[in-house]
Amino acid sequence: MSEVYHLTTPLTEDVTRKLKAGDIVYLSGTIYTARDAAHKRLVDLIEAGEELPFDLEGSVIYFVGPTPPKPGDPIGSAGPTTSYRMDSYSPTLLKHGSKGMIGKGKRNQAVKDACKEYGGIYFGATGGAGALLGKQIKSAEVIAYPELGPEAVRKLEVVDFPVTVINDTYGNDLYQMGREQYEVK
Amino acid sequence: MREIPYDDIVKHVRDIIIYSASHLPEDALNALREAYENEKSPVSKEVLKQLLENADIASSEARPLCQDTGLAVFFVKIGADVKIVGGLLKDAINEGTEKGYVDGYLRASTCDCFSRANLKDTVGYNLPAIIHLDIVEGDKIEIEYAAKGGGSENVSRARVFPPAAGKEGVIEFVKECISDAGPNPCPPITVGVGIGGTFEKAAISSKHALFRDIGSKNEDPEMAELEEVIKTEINKLGIGSMGMGGTETALAVHIEANPCHIASLPVSVNVQCHSSRHTHITI
Repeated sequence: MSEVYHLTTPLTEDVTRKLKAGDIVYLSGTIYTARDAAHKRLVDLIEAGEELPFDLEGSVIYFVGPTPPKPGDPIGSAGPTTSYRMDSYSPTLLKHGSKGMIGKGKRNQAVKDACKEYGGIYFGATGGAGALLGKQIKSAEVIAYPELGPEAVRKLEVVDFPVTVINDTYGNDLYQMGREQYEVK
Repeated sequence: MREIPYDDIVKHVRDIIIYSASHLPEDALNALREAYENEKSPVSKEVLKQLLENADIASSEARPLCQDTGLAVFFVKIGADVKIVGGLLKDAINEGTEKGYVDGYLRASTCDCFSRANLKDTVGYNLPAIIHLDIVEGDKIEIEYAAKGGGSENVSRARVFPPAAGKEGVIEFVKECISDAGPNPCPPITVGVGIGGTFEKAAISSKHALFRDIGSKNEDPEMAELEEVIKTEINKLGIGSMGMGGTETALAVHIEANPCHIASLPVSVNVQCHSSRHTHITI
């Protein structure tokens, strides 16, 4: 049976190793946004041995390119984007301390393996629920690559941001498990 | 000859873009409500509940339903007796698109195909719109509009089969496409299937099929039956909402069929996520 957790970032390995695919997690604290272009830059910095725009240790990275905020709002609509485009970068970020990713859709074997090895979790948020998810984001600040527009790196403060564990540290995959349960052969 | 001012078209296009971004049409809402009622998986049911809540928040607070506010896609029929005063139809649609995306605080998702640079400084904000134009009888302009997101577009496919593939070939092709896509196109989905014509005609038909109201019946009984067969096959895959496993994966399958070359059977599958933001107006 799936469990419900309320967790605060940064995440530590003793916490991530407790989570199982299918668990529901309400995340609070600081998370960082990055999509395709920002991921490439972060990995390039790691490979060049240079400093990153935020501390990776225990970090949770949200794959999102929000809509522009209306006046008075911290952010616009902000649901997850499809994650496989980040597959070639995520293992490097997990290896260097990141502990969580939030997106939607399948990851490749290299990402699942990296989750096992480095104690990382791939969380799924509900795609297309951008208005609902945007309301759980209390502040947003662009901290790197403003020229990328919606793809810039943002520091977000979230409260009870609802996600589901898709890939845990044991190699489980909710997409496979869920589908096997309801597939009619 | 009826004269329609250029600026009127700009305003209409701007307004439908802003409205559609935050208001899911009734057919899409009903389809989600029905999926919620029928879904057997508690996890997928929870996702559907979130989607209905999201639609409520979006419409009551005028927030975009999804951060992917899409590329603007239009199917336009202009009556032969219409004269547009003050500019070209295509320019009016593009200008209305830009105004809609800027004034509505919608995301500009257009970029150069290789540099991936956002083009707003060079050609405009979320431009160019994708416009399919047809000239018909009469003195009106009919505009069908949809905001098309990237996640569902990315799993779409087209292939030209030999005629012997027949209906079985079409069913298998669509099933394989949706099975491979899994959670990525944001299910529950609407599946547009373009059959026949040429390679590009099939693709455009599969796109246009998504503009039909979800749940409406195909006028051709043979195609209506094929739609039901494919929908049932897709729902047997067990993908469920957001791919978490479940009984409701396809809200509907919509087919547009055309006559084709004696040597070919072109088939195209275009997928629409659950956030089916489409509308139409007549000017």
